[in-house]
Amino acid sequence: MSKPRHHILSVLVQNRAGVLARVAGLFARRGYNIFSLAVAPTEDPELSRITIVVDVEETPLEQIVKQLFKLIEVVRISELDPTRSVERELLIATVRAGAEVRGQLVELANIFDAKVVAVGADALTLSLEGSPDKLDDFEELLRGYGIVELQRTGRIALPKLDRDARARVVKGKAS
Amino acid sequence: MKITGAEALIKALEMEKVDVMFGYPGGCILPAYDPLLQSPIRHILVRHEQGAGHMAEGYAHVTGRPGVAMVTSGPAATNLVTPLCDAYMDSIPMVAITGQVPTTAIGSDAFQECDTVGITRSITKHNELIMSPADIPMAVRQAFHIATTGRPGPVLLDLPKDVLQNAMTWHWPTDDEVLASLPGYKPNTKGHPRMVKEAAKLMLAAERPVLYLGGGVLKARAAEQVKQIAELLNVPVVTTLMARGAFPDSHPLNLGMPGMHGTAAAVTALQKSDLLIALGARFDDRVTGKVATFAPEAKIIHVDIDPAEQGKVRKPDVPIVGDCREVTRELVRALRELLDGGEKQADVGPWRSRVSGWREQFPLTYEQSEPGEALKPQYCLEVLRDNAPRDTILVSGVGQHQMWASQYWNFEKPYTWVNSGGLGTMGFSVPAAIGAKVGCPDKTVWAIDGDGCFQMTAQELITATLSNVPIKVGIINNSYLGMVRQWQEMFYGERYSEVDLGGGVPDFVKWAESMGCVGIRVDSPEEVEPAIEKANSINERSVVVDFRVAEGEKVFPMVPAGASNDDILLPPSQTARREFLR
Repeated sequence: MSKPRHHILSVLVQNRAGVLARVAGLFARRGYNIFSLAVAPTEDPELSRITIVVDVEETPLEQIVKQLFKLIEVVRISELDPTRSVERELLIATVRAGAEVRGQLVELANIFDAKVVAVGADALTLSLEGSPDKLDDFEELLRGYGIVELQRTGRIALPKLDRDARARVVKGKAS
Repeated sequence: MKITGAEALIKALEMEKVDVMFGYPGGCILPAYDPLLQSPIRHILVRHEQGAGHMAEGYAHVTGRPGVAMVTSGPAATNLVTPLCDAYMDSIPMVAITGQVPTTAIGSDAFQECDTVGITRSITKHNELIMSPADIPMAVRQAFHIATTGRPGPVLLDLPKDVLQNAMTWHWPTDDEVLASLPGYKPNTKGHPRMVKEAAKLMLAAERPVLYLGGGVLKARAAEQVKQIAELLNVPVVTTLMARGAFPDSHPLNLGMPGMHGTAAAVTALQKSDLLIALGARFDDRVTGKVATFAPEAKIIHVDIDPAEQGKVRKPDVPIVGDCREVTRELVRALRELLDGGEKQADVGPWRSRVSGWREQFPLTYEQSEPGEALKPQYCLEVLRDNAPRDTILVSGVGQHQMWASQYWNFEKPYTWVNSGGLGTMGFSVPAAIGAKVGCPDKTVWAIDGDGCFQMTAQELITATLSNVPIKVGIINNSYLGMVRQWQEMFYGERYSEVDLGGGVPDFVKWAESMGCVGIRVDSPEEVEPAIEKANSINERSVVVDFRVAEGEKVFPMVPAGASNDDILLPPSQTARREFLR
């Protein structure tokens, strides 16, 4: 049996009240923790895309995907292969930044292409957009300075553009 | 023209051809009960909202039409939770309408407020909180469409009081508008032609095939085609608890019910088979026993309209997602084509005679009581069966009596058996029988109940009396929670914990009479037949027969929970012959 690993599900749903609760409920009742979740309307305001990252083995995932299909408001589900998708995430963090380290922090932000979005007497708020790995590295380096507060959005993802690399789209709809 | 949301609701139900609904009024649903006075829809006033739900289920079971239950908010909605879950587990088409506090009060812990859509989210096929009266007609159309298509199930509409009171402009959506509003809902009814062909080939090649019928055969109204397949291939058939009646019990190919209390022949046929043709069945744990040792040599053809059932328990060799009736029709065609093209079916003769041997060696059996001894429950069911008017509908609760009813009845026609299979809801029987009788007023409806079950919902006999829905109830009364007692005897060293229901209290005859029914008490074998004849002769009132039966009787055969089907426990009189089950 396969080991649990990150799976990225891209779930296209009708943009209506309660849909997120239905989707999340299917994971909750089986005791699986959702690692990250991002929801927003798509180019069609009638539809939203939910990007879910979850740690679960292949076999239960297959069953969960089938159960997700059964939700009336779920229109399409794709499982995205991380090596064949573009993933982005946004991080903002407030970091302790006394006069002696402020220069270092600004330099670090420059290296990562992060932005300084707020400046206080002894703290800076930085924002960084990029791949989840890059954000992980940045977060680790910030930790040394003392993170006051940090928030990440959870990833959003789309398949890469070349046709062969397009993620597996599970076809068919459940009753 | 402007009408209120409540008027739109009742009009929409009429447009959906609802002829009867089961319900109980209260604060938030009050607006909907006013236009009901002018509506041709018959309303059955229940005594508890759970009863409304089970009646809607019983009605749906026997008619195939969606049952409708309407209750108020809060405690009424929570009382409906059990029947909704029951209908969800057994794929019963049902539309539930609940009142809700006004939209302005939602979330304020208002009087009789509860999060109905939140509570029922995981036990309905779909549910919806309606926030504007203009949305009501579309919501009702969607609800009936969703409840009755694909894999059927319950749909709940939650209607805040102000949504019912406010005005809207009537518009009845077209079919196209309904479909366009559900872009994610497209049940696949037609089986994949390549899979159907592959299945047909496997069916001809198998030497030990079994047709494993589940409730989906009945839901899809596929009994006729299934019979064609069975007779074309001449192969044994097993009918699960949910499929009793889908194939005639008198048919020589029918081995009866498989599973925990199935016949030895049905259980063993599945175990020794080389091909299970599962039609609308879901490999429930009560059928498979220990999954790892279930039908170890069998390939699996799995026909089910719900793709999530494919591979949920057992990975199929040939999965076919589709409606059982459409797929079986295609299967018959594919089989005929292959046979006409010169393909030969493997010789299933030896298999059939082996299976027949099991059936002859291991019939359902029990020890008849000696004179002076307590009445045997199985005997009551046999006499009831032999004296039942044609096409009697049998409804049961949950427990020992349910298993005996399923075992000892002869089901000859579809839709003559109503029970709670998946959820195992004690108290199902009396209200479900009332719903069945409302759906089929010209048929005799017998509810077989346990004394434990009966005490959960029997107040609905008042509903039967006042709504003029005469049913017959046979209580298999052993003064015990019989099935739990059986498990305590067999698996807990005869340590009986909280299963004694107290003997003479209540007096079920007086109970029946107090509710306007005829009550009959039966203590001895010779009283059984006259009591049943009397009950069958009374058609203007409901009748309750209290069969006082032996308390220690156990249901056999039995596959203990979690055990392998190979380790089936036979009735004591057959254990010596065990080796024939090979």
